[in-house]
Amino acid sequence: MSANATALKAKKSADLSGTSTGYKVFVVVVLILVTLFFLFPLYWIVTGSFKDAIEINAREPIWFPQAPTIDNYLRLFEHPALRWLFNIVFISGAAMLLTCITASLAGYALAKKRFIGRGVLFTIIICAMALPKQVIVIPLLQEMTFIGLDDTLAAVILPTVGWPFGVFLMKQFAETIPSEILEAARVDGAGELRTFTTVVLPMIKPGIGALAIFTFVNTWNDYFLQLVMLRSETNWTLPVGIARLQGEMSNDFGLIMAGAALAAVPIIIVFIAFQKYFTQGIAMGAVKG
Amino acid sequence: MAQNAAAATAERKPKRAKRPSHTSGMSRALVRRETISAYLFLLPSLFFFVAFVVVPMVICVVYSFLDYGLGGVQGFAGLDNYARMLTDPIFHAGLRNTVLIVVVAVPTVTAFSLWVGSAIYQMHPFPRSFFRCVFYLPVVTGSVAITVVWKWILNPYNGILNQVTDNVGFDWLGTQSTAIWFIILILFTTSIGQPIVLYVAALGNVDTSIVEAAQVDGATKLQIFWRIKWPAIMPTTLYVLVITTINSFQCFALIQLLTRGGPLNSTMTIMYQIYDTAYTRQDFGYANAMGVVLAIIIAIFSAIQFKVAKTDQ
Repeated sequence: MSANATALKAKKSADLSGTSTGYKVFVVVVLILVTLFFLFPLYWIVTGSFKDAIEINAREPIWFPQAPTIDNYLRLFEHPALRWLFNIVFISGAAMLLTCITASLAGYALAKKRFIGRGVLFTIIICAMALPKQVIVIPLLQEMTFIGLDDTLAAVILPTVGWPFGVFLMKQFAETIPSEILEAARVDGAGELRTFTTVVLPMIKPGIGALAIFTFVNTWNDYFLQLVMLRSETNWTLPVGIARLQGEMSNDFGLIMAGAALAAVPIIIVFIAFQKYFTQGIAMGAVKG
Repeated sequence: MAQNAAAATAERKPKRAKRPSHTSGMSRALVRRETISAYLFLLPSLFFFVAFVVVPMVICVVYSFLDYGLGGVQGFAGLDNYARMLTDPIFHAGLRNTVLIVVVAVPTVTAFSLWVGSAIYQMHPFPRSFFRCVFYLPVVTGSVAITVVWKWILNPYNGILNQVTDNVGFDWLGTQSTAIWFIILILFTTSIGQPIVLYVAALGNVDTSIVEAAQVDGATKLQIFWRIKWPAIMPTTLYVLVITTINSFQCFALIQLLTRGGPLNSTMTIMYQIYDTAYTRQDFGYANAMGVVLAIIIAIFSAIQFKVAKTDQ
């Protein structure tokens, strides 16, 4: 008992020996300042979207809209902004669904099956992940043109599903399934598919959650792929639409902020709602990365 | 395919048997069955991977050797497209700026995210997830939304930065010496989110019993960090370095929306030049050759990081 207490005391003093109160205060102050710096652009997007032209172009800082107006949003919807919103939701949703299905099947096979070519396949996947994704977008457009899918939403969805990160992530999760359980299912006479749906799927559920949110957010923000693939105005996504609007009317910041808010706010809500899965998934993907 | 698989199994059998895997006790028929079922599981994923990652990769390499401009494929170009890079001043500017961005952004992102990670990982769950979330927000918000708001913040006349620093009229993005630094700053804000999440997770996984033993032995915080935690989180650091390098090399939206490579190519990056060459000038042969070179440069950087990390351990 008393030995325990002294050990605890020693630990406590050791804890304090390296970090003075001054340093702790310094850490908190710096963190808060950096937080403000990181939140400011978001604050500026949202408040800016409610400012009228006079406030937007004022020569002195206006920290909060004095006469809030929804005029910017009304002007935004004169463009097919809702269509752009639908497109990006559809692209992200479809890519998420397809990625989760294909990656959980493949990740399970890579983690739990001993088959010929497994090592080679895994090496290829790791190497492909280190490739600059954007470099293949240029030849990809030519491929899409060749198969007649250029300027369609599918041209953005399909390559996203092909990206091997999902397989890698699901392999990491599937490796935690004890082989004995799979063996038991086999002995009980369960077929491959049945084993997958009744034994494997429930066990890798958190992984699928992580992959789903990760794919959704990343697809939503994969501006380069969308920019290159989607040419006609009705096929644009919100990020592409805002970028084009900004190119045409570079000084109408009210309109552009309204677009930015419409693109950013839904995805931020999705992110905050599923934050737990998200952080878990990113960390898991890197454990052996 | 089944026959091939069986033949390959027969060949590899002795080698496989040495490995402590559960194939060792399996009959040849069972291995074959496993292989077939594994590939059936892999099939959907492999289809997308081959069709939309491998095929474009091959197209990229093939086109880089072709004379492929506005008028379509004019013939085989040999190494001409690659030779062009040697004498192209825009490519030189792009390479210089891209390397500058990587050399400045990667160490600062890694060091700062490690600092934030170690500052917050022992906090209570609420402030910890609050800070983690704040630093991840620019990533979630998306490069386009973040970039357009920065364009407004940095505007010479109605931008908030000049208004609060009493610099109204000064064009940060239109000045050669300052433009690239703002690009790097904005890139920094959109890059540290993921590394922080990774570091918080990695630091939380460091074996506490070793840390406690060291504390009892009177080790200082700094000693504990460098001797115990730093080696333990080395794989995470490596991963952070590699992903940050890949992302910084591909810096595009910032350039396209803020400066288009200007003024006077002072913010030109390889990625932006590739895009410009392919879409504005329709010079696909040259664009793909630059793509191949960019991929090789990234591979070299990643390989160096792996090497250094290995010797460090």
